[in-house]
Amino acid sequence: MGRALYRALLDTGLARLCSGLLAGIIALALFGPLFSPWEPNEIDWNALQAPPSASHWFGTDLVGRDLLVRTAMGAQVSLSVAGVATLVSMLIGVPWGAAAGYLGGRADNLMMRIVDVLYAIPFVLVVILLVVVFGRNPYLLFVGLGAVFWLDLARIVRGQTLRVRHEAYVDAARAMGATTAGILARHVIPNVAGPALVYGTLTIPGVILAESFISFLGLGVQEPNTSWGVLIADGAQTMESAPWALVFPAALLAVTVWSINMLGDRLRDQFDPRGPSSEHRRGPHLAGYNSRLSETGSSL
Amino acid sequence: MARYVLRRLVWSLVTFWIIVTAVFFLLRLAPGGPFDGERRLPAEVEANLLAAYHLDEPLPTQYARYLGMLFQGDLGPSFKQKDFSVNDLVASGAPVSLLVGGLALLLAAGIGIGIGAVAGLSPGSSWDRTLMGVTNLGLALPAIVVAPVALLVVSVWLGWLPTGGIGSPAHYILPALTLAAPFTAAIARLTRGSVAETMTEPHVRTARAKGLPRRRILRRHVLPLALLPVVSFLAPAAASLLTGSVVIEQVFDLPGIGRYFVQGALNRDYTLVMGVVIVYAALILVFNLLVDLAYARLDPRIRISL
Repeated sequence: MGRALYRALLDTGLARLCSGLLAGIIALALFGPLFSPWEPNEIDWNALQAPPSASHWFGTDLVGRDLLVRTAMGAQVSLSVAGVATLVSMLIGVPWGAAAGYLGGRADNLMMRIVDVLYAIPFVLVVILLVVVFGRNPYLLFVGLGAVFWLDLARIVRGQTLRVRHEAYVDAARAMGATTAGILARHVIPNVAGPALVYGTLTIPGVILAESFISFLGLGVQEPNTSWGVLIADGAQTMESAPWALVFPAALLAVTVWSINMLGDRLRDQFDPRGPSSEHRRGPHLAGYNSRLSETGSSL
Repeated sequence: MARYVLRRLVWSLVTFWIIVTAVFFLLRLAPGGPFDGERRLPAEVEANLLAAYHLDEPLPTQYARYLGMLFQGDLGPSFKQKDFSVNDLVASGAPVSLLVGGLALLLAAGIGIGIGAVAGLSPGSSWDRTLMGVTNLGLALPAIVVAPVALLVVSVWLGWLPTGGIGSPAHYILPALTLAAPFTAAIARLTRGSVAETMTEPHVRTARAKGLPRRRILRRHVLPLALLPVVSFLAPAAASLLTGSVVIEQVFDLPGIGRYFVQGALNRDYTLVMGVVIVYAALILVFNLLVDLAYARLDPRIRISL
């Protein structure tokens, strides 16, 4: 496990670059606001919409707030949204997929049909609906995103469960009178956790992009709080007079998504060499195009 | 085949009904009504408004009424834009959204399959690595970044294309291109993997051993098989293109349905939001159905197994 992790994250120059960039961005999110001389909402009246300089490395925005510290705050929000939403998606997707795969038959059919129906609804619709219903509450946004992104995980975990459900240790547990819930929790889920974690990693970039998309539309995180989506939306407004306000948050967002995509692919190759290749995975906000693949794949 | 079509059709209708029902009750359960403004309305006025929109009836009655209207193709009045019905708004926005989305889908499929085939025919070559590096970047750059930057560079600085709005065909070029970008990247990657895999199949080796020309092998033996995953990607891609155009419409100031959707969401204009969701869902289901049928035509195994 440690070796494989090392190989996936640090083995080649490219992997080291991605890991380094990600570590840097996480450090910026965690420590940037602590060490910055500026507060996220502090206004520097001497530097309204100022280009990058020694005192404001990323420049300032229209009202003179330091963009480095705001980008760091945005990173905190965007990364924690991604983390929480991914966790929520795993909490729903893993038990769902494991139960469907283990129970088989009618229950499996029904549960996967529900997944199919949900696949037919693009996530943006669901999230905007949630925004309409619950108002613009960032916490609900986390949960809403997680509740949309669990579908892929449920499919993958179901596939993995089909593989382990006739293993000797599962039969043994059943013979000893273990309950279905107990078998799922103690024997099935631990054995499908590896791939589930890897695919969980791969949902993070999708969530980051989704959050930025929603915040860009003004439906997500609200002022004075900020996220990369909000910063990019503001930057796009003023990009003619202050391109730096768009360039820095956009670059950090792109670098983060790119690095996680690269590392996620490597992780998947290490832990699940027979799994679908990166080409068979859904890209950012390209909901569910492997649905039909796995469907036809399993019926053959 | 007929049974397969019928099954798919029934399944789509059931899905559609589930979506309509879920959205209807979700919106009715939402806290706060469409008429809660800054200023509290006098009780009588509010009661009159609710009665005018039948919002004072019990929920099941409202639901039955909505389904009945929907059956006749009526999406109801907009709660916020008093002089318009949701049908008017959707009808005025849909052509723009569909045109931009359709153009983007064509561009993404055409360019993506081209790039993917070139890369997949010689995996590991410098062409392959360059193209795949570019597509990786395409996947990491969302429309909210690409669209404003493209607008700034191409329209504002270079002045090659109009900056926004509609009017001439030139107005659609930049929106379609920026909307297509991430999908081009995804389709290119999908095609590459699939072509590279198909090239190692025994039937391709046989075709080579028979001495068939490269072009013919590609066209008759590789592409039909390699494009199967691409075809199945087109349905969800079309769905994402439709919703992705929400951002594009915002940036390029296009009067499409995506704009009404965001406006409706911000104003809690329930009927408008619901109407747009229903239109999107219907379009997506129809497209899914078409893709399923195309898939069944391309892959004989599906035709036989069902």
